[in-house]
Formats: sequence, structure tokens, C-alpha cells
Amino acid sequence: MKYYDKLILELSKPGRTGYSLRQNDSCTTDALASLPEWGKRKTDVCLPEVSEVDVVRHYTNLSQMNFGVDTGFYPLGSCTMKYNPKINEEIAAMPEFQSIHPLQDKNTLEGIRAIFDEMDHALAAITGMSHFTFLPCAGAHGELTGLMIMRSYHMSRGDLKRTKVIVPDSAHGTNPASAAVCGLEIVEVKSGENGLVDVESLRPLLDDTVAGIMMTNPNTLGLFEREIKQIAELVHEAGGLLYYDGANMNPLLGVVRPGDMGFDIMHLNLHKTFSTPHGGGGPGSGPVGVCEKLVPFLGVRVSGYNGNFPVILRAYTYILMLGRQHIKQAGRLATLNANYIKESLRDAYKLPIDSVCKHEFVFDGLKEREGENHDELPTTLDVAKRLLDYGFHAPTIYFPLLFHQSLMIEPTETESLETLDDFIRVMHLIADEAHTQPELLRTAPHNCPISRPDETTAARNPKLRYE
Amino acid sequence: MSTVAEGLLYSKSHEWVKVEDGIAIIGVSDFAQKEMGDITYVDVPDVDDEFEKEEEFGALESVKASSDLYCPVSGVVVEVNEEVVDQPELVNADAYANWIIKVKMADESELDDLLDAAAYKELIGE
Repeated sequence: MKYYDKLILELSKPGRTGYSLRQNDSCTTDALASLPEWGKRKTDVCLPEVSEVDVVRHYTNLSQMNFGVDTGFYPLGSCTMKYNPKINEEIAAMPEFQSIHPLQDKNTLEGIRAIFDEMDHALAAITGMSHFTFLPCAGAHGELTGLMIMRSYHMSRGDLKRTKVIVPDSAHGTNPASAAVCGLEIVEVKSGENGLVDVESLRPLLDDTVAGIMMTNPNTLGLFEREIKQIAELVHEAGGLLYYDGANMNPLLGVVRPGDMGFDIMHLNLHKTFSTPHGGGGPGSGPVGVCEKLVPFLGVRVSGYNGNFPVILRAYTYILMLGRQHIKQAGRLATLNANYIKESLRDAYKLPIDSVCKHEFVFDGLKEREGENHDELPTTLDVAKRLLDYGFHAPTIYFPLLFHQSLMIEPTETESLETLDDFIRVMHLIADEAHTQPELLRTAPHNCPISRPDETTAARNPKLRYE
Repeated sequence: MSTVAEGLLYSKSHEWVKVEDGIAIIGVSDFAQKEMGDITYVDVPDVDDEFEKEEEFGALESVKASSDLYCPVSGVVVEVNEEVVDQPELVNADAYANWIIKVKMADESELDDLLDAAAYKELIGE
């Protein structure tokens, strides 16, 4: 990787352009004259003056400093960084979709409406929910929308006492955050030894002040919450609702449906499970689905217009390309791949919960060899940094908070056996290095443009602008 | 190994309390600062804010995690340590010398529910 860190402003030379305008073809002078004095800029506008080839080289060089799912394996747990098929982009780039506007005459948008209807139908079939709203623009936005629906439901029945939301200690941090933004009080329920929600710890928390529970299934340890039917019964008996965090929906595709488990409200991350770009790659979409009795509350307005249609369109393409049979295959392969890596590496990494996993699993750092102390081995951070040297993206680290050295791996169904084997080989190599040359890990990465940024100083004294 | 200062009282959520003339001086234990790693931000309440026992009064943030602070006793905040707000690293440097808030206690009998140094040592397994 070539190191490149220029700003485009540093390439600027006065008067250099990639275009030429006709002389005297400008109305800027007149327009400026009519502006009041306070509206006029006092200093020159700081725009780069560069040629076309400068621009192209600049951004191409920057893009080569990047790592994405198009460049290599990306085993980031809890994120489902699956490959984004190029046909999604092809369809989204069609002029018929590129040139529409949310305010154009409704009669000219029949086709778009049909896509929303079919997507609603497809997601309902996949999840067992009744209907979806496509307004939320991300997973956490979906959580907030779902909790607003939960609240409206209780308030519509005049049940104003229900202000608590139960969240397991293994939950994604967004769950309690969304509940707090929605003005609800958060109550934590503990996981048992097996990493699953403990029914006996849940029971005493359930009363007539509970609005509902938020659960991720499989949970953030990649384990299926086996007591979910009983949990659903208990929560419903107490008058609460069940919210399903769809971040981990991938392994269940076509196999199990949240609606059948007893969930009343859920979101899906189209940018995870349905292969649309994730993270810096593009805007997200977090449609929220509800069971039949909550359909009247689905109209909550959480964004302008109709949600991120181009993202919804890409997910629609993915669903149509796979079809019923192959969608089922995606979830199963994701599960198989995760279990394959887990079983292949458990001799070298500490597996805190020994159980068949779903799409992801968590190691608690390196496994100590005889005579070694676990606390003195290189840390999960060191392992993750060393992986970068071998050309892999690092897994999720230090989440979930249940273990000190969490290292969370999710391969997705995308990867071939050869890629998985190569990753396993490298992880073994790193484990060997950890025991024989620990300094190599502690000072990694060695082959990246920058090594270890000082995260503490960056957080304590952030520099938020250039110069 | 983290140190547990003698003569202080401790909460199960890892705050320490030192009592001086009806005022509870509150900080976090050495164990807590070690668990957090390099602290990057200390979120404190305003003077005159009132807290119930075990109510959240602020938070610590590190590169690794964010953790709420719980008021070990009920009362009104009379002073906030601006030094640790400006230099969060002081909490890492010496968790017992660098207090976070001072609270005028509403009910001194609540101190009885806190742990002494020996009981706190046992709680954190040292």
C-alpha cells in the first residue's frame, strides 16, 4: 500500500482548472452588486484549483488507502459485512430510478409504489411480521421508531405506567441508547453462565411498569436464545411487548422468523442482512415491521419523504436475485462458516462458551499455554493489529462487554472455503507469534501506512479541523 | 493488582467516599480506573444538583468504554472538581487523590450500607 495523505487543497495552483468558460458569459458582477453588504464574503472562498488529472489521481490514491469488502476478508462481528453484489448497483443506477423525485406527480410513481409493496410483502414473509415502514434510515433509527410505536400502543390503551424497557447485558449499545432517547427507563437483565438471557432473572423484573423487552436473537455472542418462547409468553402475560433487534437476522434467513418466536416489533438492517453498502459505503436503511395489532401505529413520521429508496431498491434486487430457496442457503452458510472457523481455532484461542454458534462467535483472547499467565499474553488489540499486517480486516474487539478480551468473528456466507482456510492459517500463525515473539504483536501493524495512532490523546485533545 | 485505600468507604459500583463535616467527597476506586483504561472524559453534574442514593450522577469515558457514575449517598452537590474535567488523566494517575464531586449528605445513616476497605478488597477479589 502506497502512503498518501495529501489534501486536495495542497495540490492547488492559482489559475489551474480542468475547464474553460467563455469570456463575458458571467452574471456574477450584477448578482454581487444586488447583495446587501452583510451578505458579501469578506475573504476569498477556499476552493482547490486543480486539473482533471490531479483530481483523478488524488482520489484514486486516497481510495487505495482504504480497505473494504471488495478488497479483502472483513470478519467484523455484529456487523454482517457481506459482499454487495454488483447487480444491486446496476439496477440502482438505471435512469428510471436515478431521475425520480419524491415530489413528482404520484401517478408517475406507480412502479416505485409497487416496489415498496413487494418489498413489504417479501420482508413480511421473511420475518413473520405483518407490515413494514421504510422510513427509518439506519438500525438505531429503526430501534427508536419501534420504541415510539411501543409507547403509542400503550398510551392508546390509556396504560401510562409503562415506562421501563428491559435490555439484556449482552445487548448492542444502541438498544439502551434508543430507549433513553425515547424517554424510557432502562432495566438490565443478566445473562446466565451459558450466555443466554436467564429466565429466572427476568421473571422478577416483569410488572405493569414494563413497556417491553429488546432482544437480539441470536444474541451478540452468536448464540440462539433458546428460551425465547417462554420469554415471549412471560413478557406478554405481564402486558409488555417484544422488540427484535434485527442486526443478527442473517443466520435466520428463511429458517426461523421473529414473528413466530413471539416478537411484536422489529427492525432489519438492509445494509447488513440484505447486502446493501455498509458503514462508510453508503446510507443505511432500517425498516421496522410490526405484528398485526400494531399496524395502526406504523405511521410514525421519522424522516422526510419515503426513506432511503435507492438502498431499499438494492435490497429488493438482492431478494429477487436469491429467491426463496437461495435466501435460506445464505443463512445456513453463514452459520456453517462461523462454526468452521470457531472449531478450527479453538486450540489457539480461548472459547468462553462452548456451544454451537450461529453467524458469529466470541473468543476471549489468546489461549495460554502451559506455564503462561493469560493476563501476560498479548491482548486482543495486539492480535487485531497483527491481522492487518497479513491483509485481513480486524474482527470486532472488546465487544460484547461480557468478557475482558472479546474478539468477535463473523465471516458471513460470502466467503469461500479457501478464504476461510487462509484466515484460519494466519490466526494460528499469529497465535504462535504471540507465544514466541510477543513484541511482534505488541508493536503491530508493521506493514500499514500508519501504525498505532495515539487514541487516548486523540480522544482527550481532538483536533477537529485542518490546521 | 489495584490498591484499596484504607479509611475510605466504597460502593459496589466502585465509587469511594470520604466523609468530612457532613460532606461526602466522592471519587472512583483504583480498580475502576484500571478497568476503564486511559480515561478521556469525565462527565460531572452541576453544583446544586440533587441525587438520590445510587442515582447516576455522571460518567467516565475511556477509549475502550463508557461507564456511569452512581452517587453512593443522597444529597446536594456542593463542589465539582474542575481539574479532573480538564485533565481526565488525573483519575488514572491517582484515583484516591483526585475526587470528582462533593455532596452535602441528606442522611448520614446511608453510609452504613457502604463497604469498608477490607470488604471492598473482597468484592474485587484482592
